[in-house]
Amino acid sequence: MPSFVIAEKCDGCKALDTTACQHICPNDLMVLNTDSMKAYNQEPAMCWECYSCVKICPTQAIEVRGYADFVPLGASVSAMRSSEDILWTIQFRDKSIKPKRFKFPIRRGVAEGQAKAFGHYPTGDDDLKSATLMCEPASLNTEKGPVKMDAVPTM
Amino acid sequence: MADFETVTVETDLLICGGGMAACGAAVEAAYWAKKHGLKITVVDKAAMDRSGAVAMGLSAINQYVDLNSGNNTLQDYLDYVRNDLMGITREDLVASIARHVDSTVHLFEKWGLPIWTDEDGKYVHEGRWQLMINGESYKVIVAEAAKNALAEADGEYFERIFITHPLMNGDKCVGAIGFSTRENKVYVFKAKATMVAMGGAVHVFKPRSTGEGFGRSWYPPFNSGASAFFTIYGGAEMTCQEVRFIPVRFKDAYGPVGAWFLLFKAMAKNAQGGNYMQENAAELDKWEPYSKVKPCPANLRNWLMMLDVMDGKSPIYMHTEDAIKAIVDKAPDAKAGQRQLKELEAEAWEDFLDMTISQAILWAASDVEPEKKPSEIMACDPYFIGSHSGASGAWLSGPEDLQTAETKDEYCWGYPHMTTVSGMFAAGDASGASSHKFSSGSFTEGRIAAKGMVSYVVDNGDGPGLDAAQVDALTAEILKPLSTFDEHKAETTDPDINRNYIRPTQFMYRLQKIMDEYAGGVSSQFKTSDKLLERGMELLSSLKNDADNMAAEDLHELMRAWENVHRMYQADAHMRSILFREETRWPGYYFRADKPSIDNDNWLAFVNCTYDRATGEWNMMRKPVKYISPNV
Repeated sequence: MPSFVIAEKCDGCKALDTTACQHICPNDLMVLNTDSMKAYNQEPAMCWECYSCVKICPTQAIEVRGYADFVPLGASVSAMRSSEDILWTIQFRDKSIKPKRFKFPIRRGVAEGQAKAFGHYPTGDDDLKSATLMCEPASLNTEKGPVKMDAVPTM
Repeated sequence: MADFETVTVETDLLICGGGMAACGAAVEAAYWAKKHGLKITVVDKAAMDRSGAVAMGLSAINQYVDLNSGNNTLQDYLDYVRNDLMGITREDLVASIARHVDSTVHLFEKWGLPIWTDEDGKYVHEGRWQLMINGESYKVIVAEAAKNALAEADGEYFERIFITHPLMNGDKCVGAIGFSTRENKVYVFKAKATMVAMGGAVHVFKPRSTGEGFGRSWYPPFNSGASAFFTIYGGAEMTCQEVRFIPVRFKDAYGPVGAWFLLFKAMAKNAQGGNYMQENAAELDKWEPYSKVKPCPANLRNWLMMLDVMDGKSPIYMHTEDAIKAIVDKAPDAKAGQRQLKELEAEAWEDFLDMTISQAILWAASDVEPEKKPSEIMACDPYFIGSHSGASGAWLSGPEDLQTAETKDEYCWGYPHMTTVSGMFAAGDASGASSHKFSSGSFTEGRIAAKGMVSYVVDNGDGPGLDAAQVDALTAEILKPLSTFDEHKAETTDPDINRNYIRPTQFMYRLQKIMDEYAGGVSSQFKTSDKLLERGMELLSSLKNDADNMAAEDLHELMRAWENVHRMYQADAHMRSILFREETRWPGYYFRADKPSIDNDNWLAFVNCTYDRATGEWNMMRKPVKYISPNV
């Protein structure tokens, strides 16, 4: 059972339009049992352990237990994802090994929802038939690099 | 069987997929479509934030050519890719992507992707072409920009629609058909141009896992061959269908080794402590000239390791503890060494947590502290992934301005990155012979192809119409597994066991067993032969017949049924292409025992194929390899 749902914590996302885990699973594994109003993983042997459901669950009801056919019991890796960073906690099977905690940034300088595709650089010839893509050639360069390209390079 | 509603969507530009290539296509198409008053529709089987191979995140951007620094040229990248693929590469396509990819990476940074920088503000390279990132939300950020771009261009986005087939009018692609995995609806998308960006293929071969870990493939299990089927069924010429990819990764959980090899300079050794790259170096003489160029091609590094495995010298260990010790020993004092150890530890764990969390679980469950003990590595199972170090995909028209007098007639017939089918474009894993594009290059190829698509629609105006009879016939075919289940399920007390049908999971197991045993899978140590392939193809043909008798209980299982049909066509193209190429060229990807050496006199050529959906016949052909590099 790679990703599993803790019955006590799952509220079936009753406050949301759709169940969060069902919305996000890239392999269509998470479903809501409409009798119990709890979610479950309908095909654990097709789970990639990508943690998309774990990260999105609003009640932290989903965890992952390593694949039973090759992972010893007793360890855990849990994730708490906010809008700017993610906090990981790793517990070893051997409890004498100190658990590890890591915090990594997940985005920088742009607030959630604000990633605007256009307008960061001018677009050169703006010719549909040329090789110049949106934002080129300006976006090929950085402030740091000494080479300044004023056109899309060819061989 | 429940009634299904048919929803018809008319659009100008249809983008099938939701991963990196599709997001690149959406962004670029939105820019140009807005100027030309065209409508864009994106259709995705998942939800864009976590759709495609980057769903979990990535710890590195593997294609950054860094032209801006002056350290690399386009020529350098071509030299690297050509040699890694043992000479079989479309340099015009590789250059087409490489010349734009830096622009893509700079945009990612503007959208909020944290790329590591050093004290001078320069990007931290993992290797020559790779940048380190904090990539947990890589796909979320890229999807956000793509969705914002679509909104600006009044585009439409449909999620949880599984595309099964292209819609054709004669030789032209006029859209796509599929169904919702959430409600009883068949979707018909009528389009003037269609982009295929639905990923590669996993689970064509049996994975190493036997039970619950079946889904722990290195590439995601939801990459199920949709691109390959779509292009094959549409009659597009396919290329490099024999060029699968087998990565070497940490054993079982398939965690990345790139940071350990490239960034931390770790060594892999056999159980006796021997370095297979050194001890088996004489083997490289057999694979010249490619084997003698640095870096040694990935498939040959695999091969030297596999020789040790076949000799009984495994387990093979990555010596993480020695690598960490070497780095810490170089520190000026003990305190600095401790600080460095802590940094390294965070970097090493983040490498897993960003892209293969299972590996972190496995290390924790095995009490692995990488500074104390080594970890096993092993070759994974074979994958179809045109974006990485494999090359399978559709045969595309290269950009005109990158052709030479010699390549022009062979490689350029129309709009940039269009297949041989009019109106059908491809990018990412869907496009062939342009390896080493990875996430950033796949996004970039989506951009290039999308601009080509807009140009195609502007020039060609209204496409040909759609034949209603074709839609009706495909609708019936697509939904048939549901009616098969309904019709026969009551005959037995266990709906899984029924003489009238086969359920998709068992069908997949049968496909995987054929491929594993006859086409050089894990259990045959990636070895096959003409006779094995011929027998495998015989078994595949009866599987193909049984595909008509697949049964599905619900929409989820209907998706599984079609995923496995898609995989089966990828398998068919793969076996035929291995058989057609009468040599062994990539011994670390597959070894043809009856043709055990490389034959550059006869086979420095592409193996291409087409499929005729009316007759079921395949046409195999050899196409010349022509480089655009002046001195090769």
